This record gives sequence, C-alpha cells and structure tokens, in this order.
Amino acid sequence: MDKQRRKFLKIAGVTALAGIGAPALVRLSSSNALASEHGAAEGHAAEAAHGAPVEAAPQGVRLGMVIDMRKITERPELLDGAIAACIDAHNIPQFDNRKSEIKWLWKAPFANVFPVESSYHLAKNVKETDFAVLCNHCDDPPCVRACPTQATFKVKANGIVAMDFHRCIGCRFCMAACPYGARSFNWEDPRPYIKKYNKDFPSRMRGVVEKCNFCGERLARGQEPACVEACKGTGAIVFGDLNDAHSEIRQLLDKEFTIQRNAALGTKPSVFYIV
Amino acid sequence: MIEKTLKGKPAYWIWLAFLGMFMAVGVACYARQYLFGLGMTGMSRDVSWGLYISQFTFLVGVAAGGVMLVLPYYVHDYKAFGKITILGEFLAIAAITMCLLFIMADLGQPLRALNVVLHPTPSSMLFYDMIVLNGYLFLNILCGWVILTAERKQVHPPKWIYFFVYLSIPFAVSIHTVTAMLYCGLPGRHFWLSAIIAPRFLASAFAAGPALIILACLILKRVANFDAGKEAMNKLVTIIMYAALLNTFFVLLEVFVGYYSNIPGHKHSIEYLFFGLEHHGHMYNNLVPFMWTSVVLNFGALGLFAWPYARKKNEFLLGLSCAMIFIALWIDKGLGFVFAGFIPNPLDEITEYIPTANELGITLGIWATGLFVVTLLYKIAVGVEHEIEE
Repeated sequence: MDKQRRKFLKIAGVTALAGIGAPALVRLSSSNALASEHGAAEGHAAEAAHGAPVEAAPQGVRLGMVIDMRKITERPELLDGAIAACIDAHNIPQFDNRKSEIKWLWKAPFANVFPVESSYHLAKNVKETDFAVLCNHCDDPPCVRACPTQATFKVKANGIVAMDFHRCIGCRFCMAACPYGARSFNWEDPRPYIKKYNKDFPSRMRGVVEKCNFCGERLARGQEPACVEACKGTGAIVFGDLNDAHSEIRQLLDKEFTIQRNAALGTKPSVFYIV
Repeated sequence: MIEKTLKGKPAYWIWLAFLGMFMAVGVACYARQYLFGLGMTGMSRDVSWGLYISQFTFLVGVAAGGVMLVLPYYVHDYKAFGKITILGEFLAIAAITMCLLFIMADLGQPLRALNVVLHPTPSSMLFYDMIVLNGYLFLNILCGWVILTAERKQVHPPKWIYFFVYLSIPFAVSIHTVTAMLYCGLPGRHFWLSAIIAPRFLASAFAAGPALIILACLILKRVANFDAGKEAMNKLVTIIMYAALLNTFFVLLEVFVGYYSNIPGHKHSIEYLFFGLEHHGHMYNNLVPFMWTSVVLNFGALGLFAWPYARKKNEFLLGLSCAMIFIALWIDKGLGFVFAGFIPNPLDEITEYIPTANELGITLGIWATGLFVVTLLYKIAVGVEHEIEE
C-alpha cells in the first residue's frame, strides 16, 4: 500500500470518527482503516489509564537493539570486545579519572542499569554479570526536547538520536535531561587521550557533548554497528528495524521476553535486554 | 545621567577598586578556563551543572524580586515605594547581567552561543529563558532610564512607558517560572520533577530580592544620605516575611511528599541535603552543614522579623535579619537545589561536587561585576534624587 493511499485512509478515518465525514467517505475508507484508528484510540486510553507507555503505530524505519544478557553471561568477553570495538571506531578518549570520563558503550551491574527494577534476591547469574549500557535512542527523547540548538536530533530516516558536534554549544541541558546517563561532556581536549586514532570518524573538541550514535557513519557505509560486528555470530547483540515485522530483531522480540530501562518515563527506548 | 558615576567620595572609588580587583581575578580565571575547558571546574559527567548554573538560578530570583516594588507602586499606586522602585529595577538589571555572565561562563563553546538564536528551538525551555531574560533586561533598562530621566526633569514620565512598566510585571514572573521549567520538566530527575518548583522559586525570589533592597537602602542611608522612608521599609519587611514563610511551607511540602510516600527516588536528594546519603558503605554529606545553616538562618530571620523592635526600631537587627534570610535562600537555591538534583545519578551512583578554586574565582568575579553594575546604577539613582531635593 503506497503512502498516499495510507495517508488518505487515515484522514478519512479521522474525519469519519469525528462525525463530520460524508457517508461516501466512510464507504470509501475500508473497514481496515477504521479498525486501525480504533486501535490507536484504545492505545492512548490505555496510556492515560495507568501510565504505562504504549508505542505509537509504526512509521518508517526505527533502529533498535536487543542485548541478550544470557549470551554475555556465558561469555563476558563478548561485551569487552564490543566496548573495545566501539572505542576504536569512535576515537573515544580514555581518561583515568571518573570526572572526565567519556562513555558511549560501557558496563555496569543490573542494579545500576535498572535502578527502578527490584534487585532483591536477584538471580546469581544476573547479579554477577555486568550489563551493557548505551544510549537508548528513545523514540521520544528528552535530550532532543531539551537541546536549545537542535545539535542533538532524531534522524528521520532511521530514528537514531544523533549529535552535531559542530553545533553543540556545550550547555549540557541534554545531560540533565537524559534519564539514562548516556551522555558525556568533553571537559577538556580529548585528543591527547585517544589511544588509537581512527581516520574514518572525527575526533571531538573540548566543550561539546557526545554519546553512542548507533554507528550511523558505519551504517551509511553498509556496515553493522561496531559492537554488533564484534559479537558477530553469537547473537549477543541483535540490531535492526523495530518496525519491520520480518527483521531478525522483531522475530527475536516476538519470541523472547525483554525489558527496557525505565520505560515508565515514556521515552520509548529502542534498546531491549533479554535477562 | 551617566556623568553621576564619575564623581564620588574616596570611599566610592575605593569600593569600585575593591570590586575591580575581584573582577580582574575573575577575568584571569576565566581566561584559564577558556583555554583549558570546563575541566577546570569541579563539575563531572555525573554532576554536569555546578556553581555557575546554580548562581544563575538564584540570581534570576533576585532579578524577579524587583517586581515586589514595581507591582505595588504602579498597579496599586502605593506611594511609599516611589523613591525605591527605581532601586528594584536597577537591581534587576545587575542581577540579569550576572545571570547572562554565568550562562556564558558555563558554556563549553561560548563562541557558539548565538546558535540559540540562529537555530531557534521552541521545544527547549532554554529558548524561552533566553527570550524572557533578555526581554526583562531590556524592559528594566528602558523603564528605569525613562522614568529616572523624567524624574530628574521633574515632569511626568511619558504615557507610553507605562505599557512597558506593566509588561515588565508578567515578565518578572515569567523569568523565574521559565527558569524553574528548565528543571521541573526533566524526566528521571526526581528532586526537580515537582510542580511546586516554580511557585517555590517565586516565593524565595520575592523574599531574597526585597531583602537585598533593604540591605542596599540601609547602606545607602549611611554612605549616600539616602533615606528610603520608614513606611517603605516596613512594607518591604512584610513582603519578605510572607514570601519567606511561603517558601518554607513549600519546602516542607516537598519533605512530606518524599518521606510520607516513602518512594526512594523522591527521598534521596532530600536525604542527601539534610542528613547525608549512605551508599555502598560510604557517607555522602558535603552539603549537610550548609543546609542546616540555611535552616537556622531562615527560622532565625523569621523570628527576628516577627519581633517588632528588631524590624522597626533597630536598623542593625533589621539588616542582620535581611542578610540572614538572603544567605539562607542563597544556600537553599543557589547551592542545594541544583547540586542535589544530580544525586544519585541515573545509574544510582553518587559523585559529589566540590567547586575548584578557579571556578570560585570566576564566580566571585561575576558577583563583583554585578555589585559593580548595581553600585554605578544606584549612584545615578541617588544622585538624581539629591539633585531634585536641592
């Protein structure tokens, strides 16, 4: 079904629901269109009733990630490899003090990654394994809302929450806005702290914010994200279009129970965890 | 009128030189920060806003406090404020100047500041903050100057200026409301995510601003032979008392919600501020002495205000209580509110913030700049006042 027809049906459906549609319009719009409008309406009602975020009807590509912690628990070196690949791919400086740290993909215990979930009598393997932490590439990102210059923005084509390092004024409003602690600031010139320089990705200057970009630059070259590539063949990190029912990631999500970090905030994170 | 700033007693020049010294230190410290980056400060990945933004937040309140003179005088025709309304407007100018300087000092890329204008983003609260802060600055410069000029010529101010005077009243409310919205609309920061932040900010502003004006009047009475009048001072004290009581009430409501609901996220920051937060066997309590000082000063000042002798007959006690309430609110909003919002961080870790010497140098430099500006403006205002009396 092409986009134009879909748009028309939507408008027709809304008009019909509003009670001002001509009967002809109602007849034109198939029962399917009306049904989908009803579905959407119910979704909103559910959201209002108990605050649990309900995802909007899919539109376009929305890239997401499933991290299978069972696989990482078995082979923790997978995550270390993914982190190392990320650091190499993005010229992430390595500071030895916590104050200046720049982190895109890192690891932390379950209790820290999921502070709103209970850690009481946590299964031993969950307690002892470090979880992967990265930007959630939210569908409704608070950082994008807060940024006064659109230096951080959602890429329309794929849903990635990206950064324009040259526009960022370094006000750090996005860092206060991010409920996942995913953002880092260049408190000083990062270049002396880059261990191995990668010419395929720009290094940053001091005074700007940065974070995981889902390897937008690698995707543009037809490559997988660095962390996904590092775990190739293991299924530890699965990446793909959340809106494509036939994608690998969707099939995995359909099969396995997953959790998201603090989904109650309504940010609609695109990173899922199989615990 | 500017020429009035060029003539003064030696004490005036010594005072300006004293402030100038701190301003010079501030410039030197800023040069260091500019060349190295914000790593010169105590801020970190976890506590990403520090003294600069907290001072900014507090000073927006001081600026908004000026409306407590403008509103009674122009809207309710409360004549007793006739002589000091200009002081409120000029204080607002100095306070907003400091706010803008603190924002600039806080930017990682200050040369790109104009990106906020070049790429206007209506979804960002900073966009609106920029509009209302600059608007309020402009309104106060305009109204203050036009009205003072008319006063000097002993004519009625032009009628059109009243449009801007009345406009400045909602602007005063808006600057602090929008500043509160910078914080209270952020998901995942429990301490800030509260609808009472804006009213609380306004209440503390309407106490801190007028308290500073009383202090200024007491000083001007001694050094510049400027008498604001007993009635005006008494009324200001009443305003401060009610505003400070409301602020205290609002803070206590926050404490109730946190502790009675017993939701950890709502309690953590309050606990951190007043009792210290224990986390993995370590006690984090840097701000505890400050916060209790604030509590003692707050209630002490309220007690003094309630004592008629202290507020009406004894200028020393009046000045003391105003200084106490000002410092109490400065600690509450200019330190605790911003820093505690970052504790714990979204990953339930705690990093404490301690400003560096360089950061303190810049902060003092900006405060000195504000005092410098307010000194010059008050010199003009008082000079005009004396000219009329002659």
